[in-house]
Amino acid sequence: MPFIANTDEQRKEMLKDIGVSSFDELLKDIPADLFAGEINIPAGKSEMEVTNQLQKLANRNANNLTCFLGGGFYDHFIPSSVDALSGRSEFYTAYTPYQPEASQGTLQAIFEYQSVICRLTGMEVANASLYDGGTALCEAAMMAINITGRNRIVLDSGVNPIYRNMLYSYSKNLSIEFEEIEVKHGQSDRTKIEAALNEDTAAIIFQNPNFFGGVDDFSDVVEMAHAKGCLTIASVYPISLGLIKPPGSMGVDIVTGEGQSLGIPLSFGGPYLGFMATRMKYVRKMPGRLVGETEDTNGKRGYVLTLQAREQHIRRDKATSNICSNESLCAVRAIIYLSLLGKQGIQDLAYICATKAEYAKIRLGKIKGVKVKTTTPTFNEFTLELPCDASIVVSKMIDKGFAAGFPLGRYYSGMENFLLVAITEKRTREEIGMYAEALEGIL
Amino acid sequence: MSTPDNLKYTKDHEWVRIDGEIAIIGITDHAQNELGDITYVELPAVGKKVEANGELAVIESVKAASDILAPIAGTVSEVNNALDDEPEEVNDSPYENGWICKLTDIDASEVDGLMSAADYEAFIK
Amino acid sequence: MSKLIFEKSIPNRKGYSLPELTDSEKECNLHIPSKYFATEPPELPEVSELDVVRHFTNLSLENVSLDANFYPLGSCTMKYNPKACERIAAMDGFASLHPLLPQLRGGGMLTQGALEVLHETENLLCEIVGMDAFTLQPMAGAHGELTGIMLIAAYHCDKGNKKTKVLIPDSAHGTNPSSATIGGYKVVTVPSDANGCMDMNAFEESLDESVAAIMLTSPNTLGLFNPDIHTLADKAHAVDALLYYDGANLNAILGKIRPGDLGFDVVHLNLHKTFATPHGGGGPGSGPVGVKESLIPYMPTSIIVKRQDGTFALEYKREKSIGYIAPFYGNFGILLRAYVYILLLGKEGLSRVSENAVINANYIMAKLRDKYDLPYNRSCMHESVFSATRQAKNGVTALDVAKALIDRGFHPPTIYFPLIVKEAMMIEPTETESKEEIDSFIQAMLEIAELAETDSESFHALPKTKSITRLDEKKAVKDKIFSV
Repeated sequence: MPFIANTDEQRKEMLKDIGVSSFDELLKDIPADLFAGEINIPAGKSEMEVTNQLQKLANRNANNLTCFLGGGFYDHFIPSSVDALSGRSEFYTAYTPYQPEASQGTLQAIFEYQSVICRLTGMEVANASLYDGGTALCEAAMMAINITGRNRIVLDSGVNPIYRNMLYSYSKNLSIEFEEIEVKHGQSDRTKIEAALNEDTAAIIFQNPNFFGGVDDFSDVVEMAHAKGCLTIASVYPISLGLIKPPGSMGVDIVTGEGQSLGIPLSFGGPYLGFMATRMKYVRKMPGRLVGETEDTNGKRGYVLTLQAREQHIRRDKATSNICSNESLCAVRAIIYLSLLGKQGIQDLAYICATKAEYAKIRLGKIKGVKVKTTTPTFNEFTLELPCDASIVVSKMIDKGFAAGFPLGRYYSGMENFLLVAITEKRTREEIGMYAEALEGIL
Repeated sequence: MSTPDNLKYTKDHEWVRIDGEIAIIGITDHAQNELGDITYVELPAVGKKVEANGELAVIESVKAASDILAPIAGTVSEVNNALDDEPEEVNDSPYENGWICKLTDIDASEVDGLMSAADYEAFIK
Repeated sequence: MSKLIFEKSIPNRKGYSLPELTDSEKECNLHIPSKYFATEPPELPEVSELDVVRHFTNLSLENVSLDANFYPLGSCTMKYNPKACERIAAMDGFASLHPLLPQLRGGGMLTQGALEVLHETENLLCEIVGMDAFTLQPMAGAHGELTGIMLIAAYHCDKGNKKTKVLIPDSAHGTNPSSATIGGYKVVTVPSDANGCMDMNAFEESLDESVAAIMLTSPNTLGLFNPDIHTLADKAHAVDALLYYDGANLNAILGKIRPGDLGFDVVHLNLHKTFATPHGGGGPGSGPVGVKESLIPYMPTSIIVKRQDGTFALEYKREKSIGYIAPFYGNFGILLRAYVYILLLGKEGLSRVSENAVINANYIMAKLRDKYDLPYNRSCMHESVFSATRQAKNGVTALDVAKALIDRGFHPPTIYFPLIVKEAMMIEPTETESKEEIDSFIQAMLEIAELAETDSESFHALPKTKSITRLDEKKAVKDKIFSV
């Protein structure tokens, strides 16, 4: 039997030492009628057979399309050393670092990860990770409600529609009220936001760049919110922070985001990495594990899980959140990726993505019938208005070898002709050119 | 372990002292000793109304969190903000500097139902 | 302790290479107003690729890990993680697949292989635990619990039931009460009886029409199986309270007993425990949720359906669904590993898992019971809970025993949980450990028990073999240094 070491002889010997004559005797307290009959699943197969079977399934996925699809999840290049280092089994076969002396590797890596998230976002404290960008945003909303004691959330419609759906699902059984503010010309509508904020509002949630790719400076929105005693929550795309203003310098209170772009494969939706950072004054209300620096008995620096009394294993029904497992290994990938990239690399990467996107806008804007939306500045993703239904165009582009982008009609009614196009450093000038030619051919 | 005579005690190891219209509340020497090093006290908001046995505050040690329940009903009139910076005062001086909060709008006769120092000492034995 | 990566930074050193922009791309100006730009670049470390490789390689060596050490951490099921699963999860056809592809028109056809993996995994899990449908979306056990509670709430709401409470035994994991609260319910804690199972009298006293669900771990966190489970289920169902199965300890009964047959209505599984996916230093996990037929209408968006022609599609519009609990289909990379594990073991393999897990646990219990106290002295399932109370009288606590084990090359058991056992030490060997490995662990535990009698003082300086000694956790709370 694979992965079971003990032989039948050893089993017998062990049962004898236990003082029973058979395995069944060990379970004698369990009533016989509780046992299942035969479970109807296939017999085990060899590693070779299973590998071949799965390779066939892998081949049935269209991973050969040239990817212009984003929507919050991006096709960035992953340096080899990210896989090599995070693939060390000392990292991936360890458990939660509850025994700090036996887990300094994970603990220091997470401490460095927390530090780098603070440096990227301009915030004071980051947790050790949450499941993904969407659940991180939901946790942030709950955190704001706990801090303010208010129950109303103003939600900008530029926030990823998937995340907005998640916010609605999670709050269904709690008395939380949402007011959604329509984006105006691709940008957050200041007038409507100001009117929506009041003394019952716990927080306003916005995203930068927003789902349409638009970049914004939310400093004024933060001011409006703070004037009413509301917190501000920003969901951000970490690669953009190599170039654009971090939420910390806009005065934002809680920052969350999806860390998939930081060296984590797309992998059909997970595992990903939810990050969260906030102001030090809110640290006790922050969900999730947290690594802190301390000293050993000889005064030597070391790291431990800390402020654990906030968490479910101690506070149970009064915890800040129910989260236990997080995405530790993905956080390790992120710190490795960001260490490789470094201070200059993150700026260069952000600049390359944004510049290529500008190139693509110019190239695609030349196609007859295609309009590039230019009402707001963009980072690496932008919106095209097509002369026909975007989902039909996308479908035809698949035959030409492209994942052409995300048809916005899927989530925004009235935007059926709009296509969201994402560019990363992986898209060459030639690929953009071929994409443009294919699109031209279809329209 | 000290148990001052001028206080009243609960089974949940809180003490209360009536000072005119006001009740002062903290945790006992025995309780702080059981909890170990106290690292944080989550103080209630001033103006909060509590019932007797209602949740008043939370005391955290490194690996535990314990609810502090109101020995009697009332309204929180003052909290010991010094504990924000020095929560260890609850360990060092549970009956003096380590007090947690004060209640007004109280019915002083409610303390009659609580334990005396002697009863409490017998209770924790 | 080694330097932080930031402390190794040298101005202008680089560890990356990026493609050059072409001339025609370079000519494009960014149309971003200057006020939108960061004024300072983020202070990331400036290090070479070798600096990074050496730094993280050396950090990894500071970890005790399952691949290198016996890791009998109770309740965490630290079994061997097959390497085949890792290689398959890294296949390009899976790893580079964009999650929005199925949402492109006709897009389901672009990911048939991945959808088949998910659909087959759902079917296998249904059969293994005796449920009617599974959602694979929850990304960890606690996330599964919350999803389960949301499903239960939707069920009661739809039926017009007025439910306000969830009953949870005092031996439960902290995630249970926490998830129930976040799901909008009040938690009522039910005490355990002298046998370590839920006290049936107390249970019946708490059970009334207002109870939405009872959350149970079976076997419970003391490693004990509740033989009254059928009675309990009948009583719960009589007031339309649903029975929730926390799958943390499924490894004990895998392939032998199915929660669905016991009367459970909702289960969550921890694939990173029972189904051998790696723990990753605390995650990612995966917490699929299975339900009985009556709860299927409420399952989260989206649902994978098999069409008549044998192809797979995702369904998004379901009137009674609780909606989105995850952005996509769950932690696909982890689900894939669990699928591979099930295929490798098959029917017979899975039931051998629980047999060997139970034998290994009882063997340890038999060998240590003379030297360590057993608060519940009966046959255990896949783990046993000892207490270091006897050693504590000499000043050697469960924590001291743990540190002594680290110095002997073992990861310690779970300590101080469950909370209802003083000086608890929860030992879960799992089925993948050999008798020889277990014997050397037993030997170490016996030596430690002896030392606790003869030289208790020596424990406080342990561990001695690691790069650091015992860390000051109080200082960490007080100093609040969470980043540099």
